[in-house]
Amino acid sequence: MSDRAAVLDRPLRAVPLAFRERSLVQLTLVRFREFWREPEAIFWVFIFPILLTAGLGIAFRSGPAQALPIGVTDDGLAAVLQAEPSLSVRRLDARTAEDQLRLGRIHLLVTPEAGGGVRLRYDDTNPESRTAGLLVERALQRAAGVRDRVPVTAEIAREPGSRYIDFVVPGLLGMNLMGSGMWGVGFAIVDARRKRLLKRLVASPMSRAEYLLSFLLSRLVLLLLEVTALVGFGVLAFGVPVNGPVWQLALLCVLASLCFSALGLLIASRTRTIEAASGWMNFVMLPMWVFSGVFFSYERFPEAFHPFIRLLPLTAAIDALRANMLQGAGLEQVAPEVAVMGGWLGLSFFAALALFRWR
Amino acid sequence: MPAHSPKLALRVEGLRKTYKDVVAVDGVDLAVQAGECFGLLGPNGAGKTTTIEICEGLLEPDAGVVEVLGLSWRNSARQLRQRLGVQLQDTQLSEKLTVEETVRLFRSFYHRGLAVEDVIALMQLEEKRKARLSALSGGQRQRLAMACALVGDPELLFLDEPTTGLDPQARRQLWELIDALKREGRTIVLTTHYMEEAERLCDRVAIMDYGRIIALGTPAELIASIGGGHVVEFSVDGGGAGLDPGELAALEGVRSVRRNNGRYELQVTDWHRAVPCLLAAMVQRRIPVSELRTHSATLEDVFVTLTGRHLRDE
Repeated sequence: MSDRAAVLDRPLRAVPLAFRERSLVQLTLVRFREFWREPEAIFWVFIFPILLTAGLGIAFRSGPAQALPIGVTDDGLAAVLQAEPSLSVRRLDARTAEDQLRLGRIHLLVTPEAGGGVRLRYDDTNPESRTAGLLVERALQRAAGVRDRVPVTAEIAREPGSRYIDFVVPGLLGMNLMGSGMWGVGFAIVDARRKRLLKRLVASPMSRAEYLLSFLLSRLVLLLLEVTALVGFGVLAFGVPVNGPVWQLALLCVLASLCFSALGLLIASRTRTIEAASGWMNFVMLPMWVFSGVFFSYERFPEAFHPFIRLLPLTAAIDALRANMLQGAGLEQVAPEVAVMGGWLGLSFFAALALFRWR
Repeated sequence: MPAHSPKLALRVEGLRKTYKDVVAVDGVDLAVQAGECFGLLGPNGAGKTTTIEICEGLLEPDAGVVEVLGLSWRNSARQLRQRLGVQLQDTQLSEKLTVEETVRLFRSFYHRGLAVEDVIALMQLEEKRKARLSALSGGQRQRLAMACALVGDPELLFLDEPTTGLDPQARRQLWELIDALKREGRTIVLTTHYMEEAERLCDRVAIMDYGRIIALGTPAELIASIGGGHVVEFSVDGGGAGLDPGELAALEGVRSVRRNNGRYELQVTDWHRAVPCLLAAMVQRRIPVSELRTHSATLEDVFVTLTGRHLRDE
């Protein structure tokens, strides 16, 4: 109690502000603290992309090509086909064979036909079944004495840069930049508005520009960490190539991150509840997860869609990252993608500034 | 340090603010002297928060003049923000920051201000200095909000319902802190719907109801305006069906009679004389008095006299 009395009686003195106590520094520190003290955020930004990369890398690893399982209902045919190393032949009775074909345990079913013929049953929309069909046909023809007219030598290429893991790491990197950019900025601002913290800050002499700038600065530092973690893991664990200049890769990541942060800012500019913000985030991000070629090439969509798909910011980001990492392309080669990201950045940032509500 | 000039810290004239079809503030005039602790007292929805938020430059009035420290928000917003301390109703500061980090953040917004450690000590939060906000009680949060309002060494401090939702002990602790700020000569404008808070803390009080100021003065003046004196409250067994308020009013020293939920409230100039007369009258009529209390008239009684309603605690 006596301490307290002493404090109460002592007149409070105004003190000048030290450099580290400057508001931009303090605001940026707050951003870091809020991030580090949120375990879920760390999981989604750092751990989840690495787990996903590891999972995809293992699932689609390019080990020795696996033999394709097929079913055969005849002993003679089974003996002939067993000589083909790319096929794993199962001798089955007719009923079991039908069941296994339906369940996808075998890709193809071989049954003898009257008159020395052979019937192949398979689903032609399944590439592995089609392959199995070609292999069975070739093995049977060769066994019957047919000779190849054109000598063919197969050269197996399993170089880094052309595997699925190489394709998917830049995709995951782009997806991660989108998620952390949009959520990192959007969520924090909507949360502050919902708690009326934004109103309290505006009632103080805080510089509004510095408040927004603090998001930018913290984003850039976190960006460095999350890109290093994900790309580093890809390089070390799977030998994913980084063929382009690293500083250009960094520049592309910064541009992509700014572009998505600006989109997050736009979504947060008036939204008052977390639920509404989540809805808008998903509305914006979901189409890009599907169309922008994170896990598979957007070439699979009809050609008429391609010009629109290429205008999506995530498509631009991923295309540019792939060109840099896999093809070693320079900035001049990804100029269209850079332009698309820059366009989205400018558009969303100025729209956000015009719409933004501090209350 | 706060200036001690006789200038007005706050001048409001003809203030008006309407939300859609609700008139929140309906022609309010105020003048707060530098160094004064001024209270806006009124029930919820009386327009106190709207009035104070217009003064804080957070809301635009529809009409009227607001001059803070001799300056207008239109021309001097930047300068004013540096010189004011503000505590808003239900602001939630970041739960993940510690007390010290929060005060340091707010300190960083001001060109000049108080030492973070001093403000934390003043608000009696030293033990919680390293605690995150999620670990603080309601009273501690409220003191932290005050610390954030105070850290810029403001000349004028706006406190919107500083003790709402606090238990009596935490409220009394906050009153002591506000007393300490008054002793330093800081100008304080606060809103409250607790009449004892206004009476205890404020040099002058404006009573608001339905967007208007219905009474203005020192607590003593306001109480004197309804005749001051005392209030005698009593109830009678059986609800007092045969009791005529006119007869009560005719008793010696009774100035007015009010009946409220089966309870009678008499305003009297002098309870020494009024109570014996009252009891004698009751005995004469064989009406048993079940409960009898007297208290000095309060701001609550002023509000009841002016509006016919009670200020209510939610």
